[in-house]
Amino acid sequence: MRFWRKLACVALVLVIGASLAADWLAPAGYAKQYRDAINAAPSCAHWLGTDEVGRDRFARVLYGTRISLLLAPAAALVSTLMAALIGGLAGYLGGVWARMAMALTDLFMSLPWLFLLITARALMPLNVSPLVSVLVTFLLLGLLGWTAAARVLCTTAGSLRTSDFVRQARAAGLPGQRLFWVHVVPNLKPVLYAQFWISIPVFILSEANLGILGLGVAEPMPSWGSLLKELEGLVSVGEEPWKFVPLILLVVVVTSFQVLLSRQEEVAA
Amino acid sequence: MMRHRENSKQFVNLCLKAIAIAALCLGSLLGQALAQGGGQLRFCLRSEPKTFDPLKVEDDASGAIRYLTGGVLVRVNRQTQELEPGLAMSWKVSKDGRQISFRLRTGISFSDGTPFSAEDVAYTIQQLMDPALHSPTGDAFRSGAGNVETKVISPSQISIRFPASVAGLDRLFDQVAILSEHSPKKEMAVLGPFMVADYKPGSSVLLKRNPKYWKTDEQGRRLPYLDSIELDIQPNRDVEMLRLKRGELDVINSLDSEYFDKLAVTSPQLVHDAGPSLDSEQLWFNEVARSPIPDYKKNWFRSANFRRAISEAINRDDLSRIVFHGHAQPALGPFSPANKFWFNSRLKPQSYSPDAALKNLQDEGFRMENGALKDKDGNAVVFSIITNSGNKSRERMAVLIQDDLQKIGIHVNVVTLDFPSLIERMTQTFDYEAILLGLTNVDLDPNGEMNVWLSSSENHQWNPQQKAPETAWEGEIDRLMRAQASSSDAKNRKEAFDRVQEILVEQQPFIFLINKHSLSAVSTNVHGAAPVILSPQTFWNAEWLSVSGK
Repeated sequence: MRFWRKLACVALVLVIGASLAADWLAPAGYAKQYRDAINAAPSCAHWLGTDEVGRDRFARVLYGTRISLLLAPAAALVSTLMAALIGGLAGYLGGVWARMAMALTDLFMSLPWLFLLITARALMPLNVSPLVSVLVTFLLLGLLGWTAAARVLCTTAGSLRTSDFVRQARAAGLPGQRLFWVHVVPNLKPVLYAQFWISIPVFILSEANLGILGLGVAEPMPSWGSLLKELEGLVSVGEEPWKFVPLILLVVVVTSFQVLLSRQEEVAA
Repeated sequence: MMRHRENSKQFVNLCLKAIAIAALCLGSLLGQALAQGGGQLRFCLRSEPKTFDPLKVEDDASGAIRYLTGGVLVRVNRQTQELEPGLAMSWKVSKDGRQISFRLRTGISFSDGTPFSAEDVAYTIQQLMDPALHSPTGDAFRSGAGNVETKVISPSQISIRFPASVAGLDRLFDQVAILSEHSPKKEMAVLGPFMVADYKPGSSVLLKRNPKYWKTDEQGRRLPYLDSIELDIQPNRDVEMLRLKRGELDVINSLDSEYFDKLAVTSPQLVHDAGPSLDSEQLWFNEVARSPIPDYKKNWFRSANFRRAISEAINRDDLSRIVFHGHAQPALGPFSPANKFWFNSRLKPQSYSPDAALKNLQDEGFRMENGALKDKDGNAVVFSIITNSGNKSRERMAVLIQDDLQKIGIHVNVVTLDFPSLIERMTQTFDYEAILLGLTNVDLDPNGEMNVWLSSSENHQWNPQQKAPETAWEGEIDRLMRAQASSSDAKNRKEAFDRVQEILVEQQPFIFLINKHSLSAVSTNVHGAAPVILSPQTFWNAEWLSVSGK
């Protein structure tokens, strides 16, 4: 396990380091179009080839990693915190609070988000810079993505509330707030972490799909989501394995975080 | 002895020649038999047909079925673009363009055996022009207030009189499938080469050979050669491609350039590039006075010099080469060169010159500051281009245009929107700055685009529903379009529309970008196929097609 943790650490350092050094590693930038080399295979000039309009895929992967690595976890953090607050507290308090919180969650889940997002896009001005578009996209994802996690956390917190050690602490006269922070929250951590890590790839892919509503990361800015869109034409992927790089990166990053997370859980236990 | 040898040599030669001739004859007969051997043609409809009533057709799927089943008085030959006799042997349009007289073929009957006569034509016209039916086909004939009068002169002669002149009157009858007045099967009794035999909603439509079809080949054999056509309802293009590769389909119309290239690598014998189609892709700016965009931007967009500079800064060759893989060509104007008669061949290609574009903008008062273009009031030239999401070609075109305009200091934000939102902005709220979309032309005649070019029209996209033309050149276009629509003289009409094309190119309300090529795929099992640019590309001559090898 130690070996895997070291490997995960190295992988994360490499990926994050490379994305931070994008300006130096790919000085031409992510938007430069090499129009005489469209859809080019990997070469010395373009390590991962070029995309359909001749942009260097390596540069786009580096810059896209920077954006997605920063913003998808941020959105996951927002949604997980909201889930912890609503689901965790409702589960711990139980009774009418739990029913109300779950009713709110159900209501949220049943809302036609697609149409609400279309409305949100309609309310936004068209002339927003790609950076603002990115921030808005991930903020919306964070604010909307808490419901499923809240249900899981409510159930877990509910079972903790009726567990022997919590009953014993309560019988010993421990006040409710302290009981929550000292006994319930630490036991919710594994679920919270899991929900956090599950959310990251979901948000990355959601961001790509939100492009349909004009809400995704705007051109020419890259993101893992927009890079993964290249895999849509599956017929050609077998002949162009370098297009898998963003997917491999996504898997490596999420796996590495989870390996490191398991270590934290062990320490916490 | 020598003589005997020579004789036997001659005899052997003669025998060999005879065998060769026999083999050739046999091969030719076999080829002919294969070519006319019937079979079943299979292809996909990309949506459910909304109707089998030929008068109510407004979608592509229903249009394809109407084309294959409907008998028409005259037919536009999709290859030559000329009008040819159909159920009518001859026809004559009056000088004022209000009346058309047909001499019909005799001895023809509908698929159910009901005889065909001039009364059926009169019945069809009556149905077509019934305001309660709301026939999209009938709308093309509505030129003025009043009723359409039909006069049955004899069972094989009829004249139809319209309340006002209808431009290109005879060609409009290409879309009018004749119905039977007396058949109990109504619209299911047809005069075309095929008839609907089975329909499984959401799955397929089966057309069978119409045994009563009137046309015969040179040998007197009754057409069509095919026994049946199976139309599978399949909106997914990937699945359609896969099925063609597996041999489960015989033809694909309107192939995407990306699919075309993929197929060309593995099966070059299947793909056909028929050259530029009638479809065009264009960019336009919002020139609507009441639109909720800043006034200084309206001033840019309403300036012809600004529009011309943008047009000059776009590299159309790169759009064709990169986005459409060479299966497109830079557009010269509103009509594609594929429209043999109406295209104005005097139009010059738009040159690509960012330097000249920048100079023109500077002459207009724009100036470059730190790599960004600013207008005379110091506003940075920034605008958004919206296009429909999911359309990869348009998204790529927008990215290339964004990069082209960056070279002259213009910052473009590319926004992709779902189609309904885009249409709402385009037609209701006018809350947009520039739009990148395409025009799909099915009609060769410019009258089919009256609703685009008239300033009062709803589809006059850059500035619709004007009470009076807001610019002199729009007034001139209105006048010319009305003049050509009310004339029955082809030469005069052509001159008027040539001028319309010239004005549109001068003023650039639409910045015409490219004309896509008409791409299709046809299985080698299909004999007689000759894909063309006009719809329906691959099966326009369905009655002459046959399929072997199944």
